[in-house]
Amino acid sequence: MEKLLELDNIHVSFQTYGGEVKAVRGVSFTLEKGESLAIVGESGSGKSVTSKSIMRLLPNKIGSIKQGSIKFQGKDLAKASEREMEKIRGAEISMIFQDPMTSLNPTMTIGKQIMEGLRKHQNMSKSEAKERAVNLLKLVGIPNPELRVDEYPHQFSGGMRQRVVIAIALSCNPKVLIADEPTTALDVTIQAQILDLMRDLQDKTGTAIILITHDLGVVANLAQRVAVMYGGMIVETGTVDEIFYKPKHPYTWGLLASMPKLNAESKELLAIPGTPPDLMNPPKGCPFAARCPYAMEVCLENMPEATDVSSSHKAACWLLDERAPKVEPPEEALVGGAR
Amino acid sequence: MAVVEREKLLEVKNLKKYFPAGKKGVLKAVDDVSFDIYKGETLGLVGESGCGKSTTGRTIIRLYDATEGEVLYEGDDVHDKKSRSELKKFNRKMQMIFQDPYASLNPRMTVKDIIAEGIDIHGLAKTKKDRENRVYELLETVGLNKEHANRYPHEFSGGQRQRIGIARALAVDPDFIIADEPISALDVSIQAQVVNLMMELQKERGLTYLFIAHDLSMVKHISDRVGVMYLGNIVELTTSDELYEEPLHPYTQALLSAIPVPDPELERSRERIILEGDVPSPINPPSGCRFRTRCPHAMDVCAAVKPKWQEAREGHWVACHLYDEEAVKQQN
Repeated sequence: MEKLLELDNIHVSFQTYGGEVKAVRGVSFTLEKGESLAIVGESGSGKSVTSKSIMRLLPNKIGSIKQGSIKFQGKDLAKASEREMEKIRGAEISMIFQDPMTSLNPTMTIGKQIMEGLRKHQNMSKSEAKERAVNLLKLVGIPNPELRVDEYPHQFSGGMRQRVVIAIALSCNPKVLIADEPTTALDVTIQAQILDLMRDLQDKTGTAIILITHDLGVVANLAQRVAVMYGGMIVETGTVDEIFYKPKHPYTWGLLASMPKLNAESKELLAIPGTPPDLMNPPKGCPFAARCPYAMEVCLENMPEATDVSSSHKAACWLLDERAPKVEPPEEALVGGAR
Repeated sequence: MAVVEREKLLEVKNLKKYFPAGKKGVLKAVDDVSFDIYKGETLGLVGESGCGKSTTGRTIIRLYDATEGEVLYEGDDVHDKKSRSELKKFNRKMQMIFQDPYASLNPRMTVKDIIAEGIDIHGLAKTKKDRENRVYELLETVGLNKEHANRYPHEFSGGQRQRIGIARALAVDPDFIIADEPISALDVSIQAQVVNLMMELQKERGLTYLFIAHDLSMVKHISDRVGVMYLGNIVELTTSDELYEEPLHPYTQALLSAIPVPDPELERSRERIILEGDVPSPINPPSGCRFRTRCPHAMDVCAAVKPKWQEAREGHWVACHLYDEEAVKQQN
């Protein structure tokens, strides 16, 4: 497989009134051509900040990439100039945002918004771009695209707007599509439509997807590989089967156990006690140690290294050290075949 | 089934709530909904946004006045013209927990005053000391501690704020709590904490819940029975196990099949019923069965006649022509 995007030890901080918030603390991963990688985590885990730093969309007065490199086709995006980024955004890497209600311009027709990128990046004439816009609307499943192309966002429903956002993101055939909670604001039946569409489009276009979400159901549906984030770090990464069926990190166990299963009888949910760490003063050791039922002394003092479980599966946990006691995941965390 | 024997706490009869929309339009948010809630049970109400589930909850507790219909609480109509003092009596028995823990707590009040507001209104504490002790007790009940009493809402996380909201609801010692999407604004690991707390409190205090949510897996987990709403109507109502194992209404079937399950292998092999299109506008809903425009099994009769609300099996109610022999006969 060909490496498309490679993040190496990315650190992102925000300067706030109260001090420096270390939102992302050493994130590394690679994205291969045509694959879909899900980044899972709770609010404040740094998943959105990571994706925004790839696009260099951090608020530039207060947020900055402190360290690390983002290699995309041989170029380091972390050091690219604003001009260089403008050529990449939308053309090579594009993004779908969570809220389709606010990510479209209410004063511009849908067609104009789709054409914007085409005109800028591909130097299309107006009529060419319009034709392409109609085709894109058809591709994302909007009925009567010839008429709808001249309508405004308020004339579309939430699901339809998200389809338009996807059409815009795909307009210039990007190599990477970053989808930040693309279905969170949608209803389940509409979510099913959009997930279906994204899978279908990926098959057709071969675009690599970075899916950012907190919904493990969506991950199981769409992703091939998964990175679990907590406290600004990736605590576990592996193929979707490895993460769901052979999870190694207690936080991943906790996430899986705290979700009610539709096909199991109701027992008490295994909640993760406590709340996520304050990234203004991040803990010295493992970020999850304070909430981890298996925490040892070493966890509070030293950050565990990412340990290889298999060639594709890594977890950063002291339990994987050979000196640690053997611990089995709780029964509630076992999914489907592993049960 | 044991459910049938149980005592009814709340009876909702032909409840309607219309809102004016524009000059002539009427938005029928809740249109002829009937169901009962038994003592000590949790009734879940699910549906997509705009289906009227929150309006139903808010009309039951009389945050909205009903356009038509009755809500009988232990046989007494909540919507009968009531004086303030009579309404106060209901307010003590019925409480509500809201969706957004950031918007539902007054940022200028301390946690102590927020929780004690109901205690003050109903005069449940005789002395200042008594009031304080009650607040402390409530804080501990919901897993917070005494020291939190003098702080302001902004000092708490989302999960903690929702706990404060629960403590406030419990302050007047209610029998019945309407929880309107109490966990949808929270992170997954925190959701489980709040749901566990609610289930524990129910066991300890014998509470009855109306649990409104769009997350079907969580609703299944917490509810004894579940009602499914679509465009202002309840389309199906039964025990939560039966609903998930044998959904009858095509909308329920589609809704269940649309939920992505956290199990990759199952996700790869699962056949999904994907509904076409969007929910129609409640200002001008389709004639007959409101789901017919998206229903994969729609027949001619569905456009002409509104399906009856009938008991297809014992304790399993559904409004669909597929389960109405007469309608099917007519069709053939």
